[in-house]
Amino acid sequence: MSEGGTHTDARLVLARLPRGRGEWVVSWLLAGTAASVVSVFLCILASLLHRGMSGLTLDFLLGVVRDAGRSGGIGPIIVSTLWILGVCLLAALPVGLGTAILLAEFSASDGMLGKVVRISLDVLAGVPSIVFALFGNAFFCIYLGFGFSILAGGMTLACMVLPFWIRAAELSLRAVPNDYRLAAAALGMSRHRLITRILLPTAAPGLLAGLVLVVGRALSETAPLLLTSGYVTRMPGSVYDSGRSLAVHIYDLSMNVPGGEANAASASLVLVVLLVVLNSGMTWLSERFLHGRVLQV
Amino acid sequence: MTTVDRILLWVIRALAAVSGVLVLLVSGFLILGAIPALRHVGATRFLLDPSWHPADPSTRATFGMLPMIVGSLAATLGAIVLVGPIGLASAIYCRFYAPAAVARWYRRIIELLAGIPSVVYGFWGLVFLVPLVMRLRPPGQCLLSGILILTFMILPTMSLIADAALGTVPAEILRGAAALGLGRWTIVRRVAMPACRSGLCTALILSTGRAIGETMVVLMVCGNVARMPRSVMDPVRTLTANIALELAYAQGDHRSALFVTGGLLLVLVLALVLSAELISGGRIHE
Repeated sequence: MSEGGTHTDARLVLARLPRGRGEWVVSWLLAGTAASVVSVFLCILASLLHRGMSGLTLDFLLGVVRDAGRSGGIGPIIVSTLWILGVCLLAALPVGLGTAILLAEFSASDGMLGKVVRISLDVLAGVPSIVFALFGNAFFCIYLGFGFSILAGGMTLACMVLPFWIRAAELSLRAVPNDYRLAAAALGMSRHRLITRILLPTAAPGLLAGLVLVVGRALSETAPLLLTSGYVTRMPGSVYDSGRSLAVHIYDLSMNVPGGEANAASASLVLVVLLVVLNSGMTWLSERFLHGRVLQV
Repeated sequence: MTTVDRILLWVIRALAAVSGVLVLLVSGFLILGAIPALRHVGATRFLLDPSWHPADPSTRATFGMLPMIVGSLAATLGAIVLVGPIGLASAIYCRFYAPAAVARWYRRIIELLAGIPSVVYGFWGLVFLVPLVMRLRPPGQCLLSGILILTFMILPTMSLIADAALGTVPAEILRGAAALGLGRWTIVRRVAMPACRSGLCTALILSTGRAIGETMVVLMVCGNVARMPRSVMDPVRTLTANIALELAYAQGDHRSALFVTGGLLLVLVLALVLSAELISGGRIHE
């Protein structure tokens, strides 16, 4: 994409212009808006650091939850979060990858199915998270009998992230140059060889960026997990146990536990640092391998 | 085609079919959940009942969700009125005014803000903003706090999409306008913005969709009182917060009524997404 090019171009064109009357007022207003946005960002950061930094110790990260979270750590919470994430990825990745391959590689032979799937995904991507909470609760918890469990929470998250993962995977598969496919066909390579030996390895960095995106989304979701994986703070023994994710823990500490503020701040800090690391990783990957095609939004 | 190829194709088709069926599954269970309440209570009582006491043990359970509909709409409208101009100004600054190095860092910060989970915004609102609003007028957990936090949360989305939309304006047009001797703000206002009007509309509509569907933030800072608000300083409960608060223990018609609200939200958001898609000619995802 020549996006960067036109961008600097537009700026250069406009930057050399003589200033009209009243022009400086606009400039200052715009710069002021930007400055206040940045200051909100700094304010959030400062207030999390101020309240949560001192509580952020190794004991906090590994310890068990005590006194409804006011003291003790977030060890079991992190384990539950990872389990939920694991279930989500195990369900979403294969289904999504298969769908993406169909959309990117078989659109000639399976156009009709592709069209239906695409509409379905567009709709799913717009569904609010609380609606997924209703669905997950009715389908996984009650209809399939999973109850409030890590399994139900992970599956609900899987449904939520599926459209985003598929879009990312399809984009990275489409980014593989067509010459590769033609060369493979000329060599008489079979379809599955082409996919497993050429397309997937070539698209791997983009797929990884998509994976990171999905993990970030799954970690930030709160509302669906509140109503599907539950509140229990014990160390989970199996996927049928209820488990509280990090985001739900932050919610519970700040809303339902008087005096849980300090630990809520520390937990928020853990979550935000995790997400910033993931987010930066994704930006780096997509800039390096997908030519800056943004997968977010 | 070899046998392995054929098997692979069918596996892929099956996986794609799962993705295709998912939306039917979601809407199916939503409708299934909503039917009992629609049959026993009826749509008019949802709007006309005087209060929301759906779990009343006596026979007179009431299902008036108008205060919550108003709460959702007021929070969304308030946030959009603030987010629209601020987000647009932020995007214009980033695209046309900031020096290249500043713009890069600014965009990076906006992306980070977009990545902060809503529960953290909610927590920050609770410990930072709500006490400030409380000093103005108690209780602090009110519509105003909700509007402000929603604004902060949706601002990055609005700014990023509007920025991308402004980036699609061809440089030739801008150069042509500059050659005519127009000033910078005139070009932005009269040339660049009209040229990507559909993109900017899309940004606003998608932001509205996020605001209506958002749960955690409004759940945490709005106070959750299911009563008609008389001013922005009154606590409100939104449709989304209502589901999050009550689904875990709701039974019978009460539970079913929550599915009705879920359906209502879904229809609202989908209508918004659809109109965004129509306006942008199906190009929102690029």
